[in-house]
Amino acid sequence: MDEIRQIEELKTGALRELVAIGSTKGLEAWRVGYLGKKSQLTGVLRSLGRLPLATRKAVGARANEVKAELEAGFKQKEQALLGAQLETLSGEEAVDVTLPGRALPEGRLHPVTQVLHEISDIFASMGFKVVEGPEVEWDYYNFEALNIPKEHPARDTMATLWLDYETESGDRPMLLRTHTSPMQIRFMEKVKPPLRIVVPGKVFRYEATDATHIPMFHQIEGLAVDKGISMADLKGTLYEFARRFFGPDRQVRFRCDYFPFVEPGVEMAIECAVCKGAGCRLCGGSGWIEILGAGMVHPKVLERVEIDPGIYSGFAFGMGIERIPMLRYGVDDIRLFYTSDLRFLRQF
Amino acid sequence: MKVPVSWLKEYVSIDLPLKKLAERLTMAGSEVKGIQEAGGSWKNIFVGQIVDIKPHPNADRLSLVTVDLATEQLTVVCGAPNLKLGDKVAFARVGAELIDGHSGQRVILKPARIRGVDSGGMVCSEKELAISDRHEDIMVLPPEAPVGARLTRSAILDLDITPNRPDLLSVIGIAREIAALTGQKPTIAEATYEEKGAAIEKKISVEIVDTDLCPRYCCSLINGIKIGDSPEWLKSRLSACGLRPINNIVDITNYVMLEYGQPLHAFDYDRIRGKRIIVRRASAAETIVSLEGAQRVLDGDMLVIADMERAIAIAGVMGGANSEVDQETSSILLESANFNPASIHYTSHRLRLASEAAMRFERGISPELPLPAIKRATQLILELAGGKVAQGIVDAYPGKKQPKAILLSQNRVRAVLGVDISINQVARVLTSLGCSWTPEMIDELEDFGLEEVSEEILVYPPYWRSDLNLDVDLIEEVARIIGYDRIPVAMLAHPLPQQDPEPSITLKQRVSQSLTGYGFQEVITYSLTSLEVLKRLWPESNSPEPMPLRVANPMTIDQEYLRTTLRANLLEAVANNRRHEEGGIRLFELGRVFLPRPGDLPDEPEVLCAVLSGSSLGKSWSAEGKPFDFFDAKGAVESLLSQLGVTADFEVGNDKGLRPGSQAIIVVAGDRLGVVGQFHPRVSQAFDISGPVYLFELNLTALLPHTLSHKGYQPIARYPAIVRDIAIIVDVGVTHRQVTKVIKGFSLVKQVTLFDVYSGKPVPTGRKSLAYRLTFQSPSHTLTDEEADRVQQQILDRLSTELGATLRG
Repeated sequence: MDEIRQIEELKTGALRELVAIGSTKGLEAWRVGYLGKKSQLTGVLRSLGRLPLATRKAVGARANEVKAELEAGFKQKEQALLGAQLETLSGEEAVDVTLPGRALPEGRLHPVTQVLHEISDIFASMGFKVVEGPEVEWDYYNFEALNIPKEHPARDTMATLWLDYETESGDRPMLLRTHTSPMQIRFMEKVKPPLRIVVPGKVFRYEATDATHIPMFHQIEGLAVDKGISMADLKGTLYEFARRFFGPDRQVRFRCDYFPFVEPGVEMAIECAVCKGAGCRLCGGSGWIEILGAGMVHPKVLERVEIDPGIYSGFAFGMGIERIPMLRYGVDDIRLFYTSDLRFLRQF
Repeated sequence: MKVPVSWLKEYVSIDLPLKKLAERLTMAGSEVKGIQEAGGSWKNIFVGQIVDIKPHPNADRLSLVTVDLATEQLTVVCGAPNLKLGDKVAFARVGAELIDGHSGQRVILKPARIRGVDSGGMVCSEKELAISDRHEDIMVLPPEAPVGARLTRSAILDLDITPNRPDLLSVIGIAREIAALTGQKPTIAEATYEEKGAAIEKKISVEIVDTDLCPRYCCSLINGIKIGDSPEWLKSRLSACGLRPINNIVDITNYVMLEYGQPLHAFDYDRIRGKRIIVRRASAAETIVSLEGAQRVLDGDMLVIADMERAIAIAGVMGGANSEVDQETSSILLESANFNPASIHYTSHRLRLASEAAMRFERGISPELPLPAIKRATQLILELAGGKVAQGIVDAYPGKKQPKAILLSQNRVRAVLGVDISINQVARVLTSLGCSWTPEMIDELEDFGLEEVSEEILVYPPYWRSDLNLDVDLIEEVARIIGYDRIPVAMLAHPLPQQDPEPSITLKQRVSQSLTGYGFQEVITYSLTSLEVLKRLWPESNSPEPMPLRVANPMTIDQEYLRTTLRANLLEAVANNRRHEEGGIRLFELGRVFLPRPGDLPDEPEVLCAVLSGSSLGKSWSAEGKPFDFFDAKGAVESLLSQLGVTADFEVGNDKGLRPGSQAIIVVAGDRLGVVGQFHPRVSQAFDISGPVYLFELNLTALLPHTLSHKGYQPIARYPAIVRDIAIIVDVGVTHRQVTKVIKGFSLVKQVTLFDVYSGKPVPTGRKSLAYRLTFQSPSHTLTDEEADRVQQQILDRLSTELGATLRG
């Protein structure tokens, strides 16, 4: 039975070769050679028809057995090779892990936006609703209704940019708001207490530009009005804000200050982060950094929006925003925020 | 307000260390900005006495001065004209730190040889000690200064006085404040003098015409005075407070203004015509030459002091040159008056004439102050300039008011401060500030000492506290004197007010988060711009449309108009960054633009504008960047809108600032909400940008209503889909949108994706090939190939009849 011997030799050779194979490429060549359409084994199977019937059966059976054995060997080898490949890459195929990754374009929020979001979120979690108001305002909302009548000296502390718009009587009542406080009036005109709002936004001043002054900057205003609100609530709310924003270790100080639309008036300062209260150049030697102005809403302001100051009381506060990222990141020139320089903005 | 501590000590004792005192004042509302030690470090400067003056052998104008320093006597060269034997002077030894009298620089004194004479020290001027700018004369110390002692510095407190406290713009006011804060009573004596002249009524009469602007007018008359220099102590106090000494009369009016807070003015009596003072509104266009020599044109809202013929002073702001005190003056009429604060503010601002007097009047000082102040000034004039004072003081006081009483209850104090303070303690604090008070239920109380007061008191503020009008004003006084740190800390305890988040703010946050995720950097730019910059955006037209709002008092011409678009600022940002950025620049801004409305505030829509310039990637080892094109901008808008749940159409646009053929209008539910496209090359060039710049712009205010509805959920299809690719050839003018509109008309088409656009061989000229992948799916059953074939054929037929499409072979 030459055919059977031939098949046995084929099998032995094939399996010997299979053991030595080390790559998927070699394995594929082996498969084509021994199991492909033109392989010897296929040839044997094809030529069965020419054999006498008795032989044909035996050879055919053996050839099919060997084919199955080789196929099993192939599968096993294939798994082994794939496994090895999944586990390690070697030589040229290995990755230089220090090559930079395929970059995704990166964009960030402006640092002032980031801080505004952060502050708004803190107050939102204390029940304050975030609202916005117009940037061009009437004198009435910006000054008059806030207890700052015409010719009041407090107007001089907020140098105003007036719009070129005159009424028939020659008044010039339209301006770029100098603070976010007008929204106190606008909101209370519409909504009666209890209310709690914060108002982030742009404000404008007639100022020459330098490292600490710009004609446009951001503020956030706060207002809470309800029955029974006292200065203790003001202190508690602002303490909580300071604790969350600046951290629990920074000392907070409340002192008397004057703003026409609150009484009593308050200024809140935090301990200077650089000198820890000892006094240094950053804090002007005082050890404190002024963060915001606040106070109990003036009865005249409440009366103006038809809220009875005998029943309701409230507190308000307002803080400049740019100072905060300046202190936090050590930015020494406020103009940098508004030059749109990517080398600056990408750092936040 | 600068105030020397030594001056304060005349009214109140200061035992606290200055730093501590400064802190108390600051906490109570008057921030101490600095404690200046005049002269900096006064090392090696001693009190000396001039014991000999000899002429310099080689120089006419110089002298050799011998100064006794107790331990030794030194002879130095000195050029000052006011050397006087026996005077006490400040003597700087070699090594002292001084201000150079000529250069103003800080220097260390070295031994010198002046015109052949050795000089090992110096007799100092005020400038050299940084006390004032006076350099000609040497500084003369008070006779009681101990020879040989180190020269001690007089500290100056520099306070920030808030606009509600005009009473603190004075030494006495600050002394009162310190007294209240340290539990003392200030010692303020009334000035007295002998009146030896004739009755003043015979010499002058006063008429207040406009009593609404002048509640009170007092004057005194002093004859036979001698104009001259003020004594050193007075001059140095004025200098310390930042005022320049002029002559004894003017200096005294300034001195008393600093001391009492009441501005005074001295007229040359002989130049008052008709011997009558008339306080009246100026007539229209009336003119006066003010003291510093400028002609001022007044209006009918300004108050003047006039004589029978003309205005002689701008009331409360500045005196007139025509009645000025000069070297010849021998009789003066001294004015101490009270004026309406708003009127003074108006006049001073309208004339751009700021003065120490106006600054005090416009804050509203008490009409009770003129009398004590005029007495003090009159007394000083008699002492320092001689003369005889007429009998009496003219006191026209049409604006006298009853003292106001403010009802204050313990409940109110508790309600405002959130802490219980006994009415006793409240009364004690208010008393220390000069208030008087009576128990409210006065009839029922026999004895109302501090020990037995009711829950309510009626408080009468002292005359100098014109800022105390309401109970909350008094409560602030109590809080600031006991200290804000005594107020407890509480958290808002009431239920949260019912309120929903503002949808516009939520939308802005979603938009900016998406855009940063797509790689856009947020910028914030100024809302103010110039007409010239806006014009660059529309090269074809002469003026921007709409015409922007103008600022009446712009700081610079670059910031004269309110922006109507964000485009200009973003182009400038691209241009500026292009100087140092090689790769792609993606920027966005989210901000207001200002669109004028007649007779009303402008419309302020919230606008998003984003720009792309350069290429999608920087130079990289791993991938190649591709220059941005229209579809990068459009893709970002599409992603953004899709995230917001908004479906948009894009129509061909014709914005003049954008490049024709490369721009589209973004249409949402029929509303035109923005544009996407390429800037017109002439626009980008006008901003110094060479390559193309793409943008998209969305009106978020108008978009907002489209983002609010929640879309219903689409069930996931249960039956398998059949996918077919077709390629058709159409005329180049046929748009993708036209093709998809036809295809989407068939209900079994679930999805259409364009995957290839091609023109060129073998596609005939004027035609293009579009390849689509169509996904067929039925919600009710598994589709058969035959069904898909049938629909596909119907689609092709429809495309052929409606758009002249042929199947690409």
